[in-house]
Amino acid sequence: MTMRQVKDDIPGTVLFDSRMARRGYALNKMCYSFNDAANRQAFLADEDAYCAKYGLNAEQREAIRSRNVLQLLAAGGNAYYLAKFAGIFGLDMQDIGAQQTGMTKDEFKAKLLAAGKD
Amino acid sequence: MATIVGSVTTSHVPAIGGAIARKVQQEPYWKPFFDGFGPVRQWLADVRPDTVVLFYNDHGLNFFLDKMPTFAIGAAPEYRNADEGWGIPQVPPFRGDEELSWHLVEALVADEFDPVVCQEMLVDHAFTLPMALLWPDQQWPVKVVPICINTVLFPLPSAARCYRLGQSVGRAVQRWQSDAKVLVLGTGGLSHQLEGERAGYINKEFDRKFMDSLTRDPVWATQFSINELVKQVGTQGIELLNWLAARGALTGSVRERHRNYHIPISNTASGLMLLENR
Repeated sequence: MTMRQVKDDIPGTVLFDSRMARRGYALNKMCYSFNDAANRQAFLADEDAYCAKYGLNAEQREAIRSRNVLQLLAAGGNAYYLAKFAGIFGLDMQDIGAQQTGMTKDEFKAKLLAAGKD
Repeated sequence: MATIVGSVTTSHVPAIGGAIARKVQQEPYWKPFFDGFGPVRQWLADVRPDTVVLFYNDHGLNFFLDKMPTFAIGAAPEYRNADEGWGIPQVPPFRGDEELSWHLVEALVADEFDPVVCQEMLVDHAFTLPMALLWPDQQWPVKVVPICINTVLFPLPSAARCYRLGQSVGRAVQRWQSDAKVLVLGTGGLSHQLEGERAGYINKEFDRKFMDSLTRDPVWATQFSINELVKQVGTQGIELLNWLAARGALTGSVRERHRNYHIPISNTASGLMLLENR
């Protein structure tokens, strides 16, 4: 999978632009559906069927299966819609931040606290 | 004629809703954030606005990528929220100020801003939490007009464009045939980034400069491109566009009445400013 950097090259960042929007449409549409509690239940009841209904490609299906945020982003996922997928599992933003940065949750929280120190 | 009494700009992190629901506002983690709102509530009790125009960004509750407006304005009699996918606590519905909504629609289109007009619109945490921070009893004493700015799908409107949107709203409110006192809210930011290897990014120095600029030199941030701003404040820190729009709506003599800044709330550098407009 190729992670395109923006022209200004912001480290560790891929802007959600036309390319990502086109790549991730099915995945994001599925995640958007999780606004509805009944849809979250349907996903949990039969994950394969739910992903098939939204037409996820193999990369997206594997990223959903692995619950791996960086893979989900690479497959075209948008952070705002992916947050609804993470919500199904009760993950908070420190869980997600830790997973993406390869830190423990405590390490990630310490990094945030450190940003507030002069 | 209507008057704009001032602006409140504040972060809108979803975890604030959880903290309110669990009543942990005075726990050490949350106290520096929630205590910042005391002076704002006192000012609101004195000034007693009638209507709030609120600039915010939807996080995939009302808008999906099938139809993504750069700017959208609510023109509904009532606005509700929803659980947003992770079960954020619900708040009572908000009464829409339909008269002001339609006045703004007329004025914005005449001014060559062309917002999507929504007679039905769900409002998410970026709308509900700032309202709950200003009026903790959630018995909303104001009517509302939501104005939504796209921060989801790039390209985003430039900082200069968002500032001018705010100016257009400000001029229109001043022409509105009403005795209403109007408060402007801008929500989101300050620096934070949720996704990618750069998750957890915070830039205190830039946030401070930005807050200072809103009082002294409000067009300062409009010199930057969207990509430059994302580089400085993170992919979600770009929500400062809502702050710029709110500031743009203050067309009179502006005085800073209060500010608070605290790191971190969740993954975010939280900011709060109250500017009075005379």
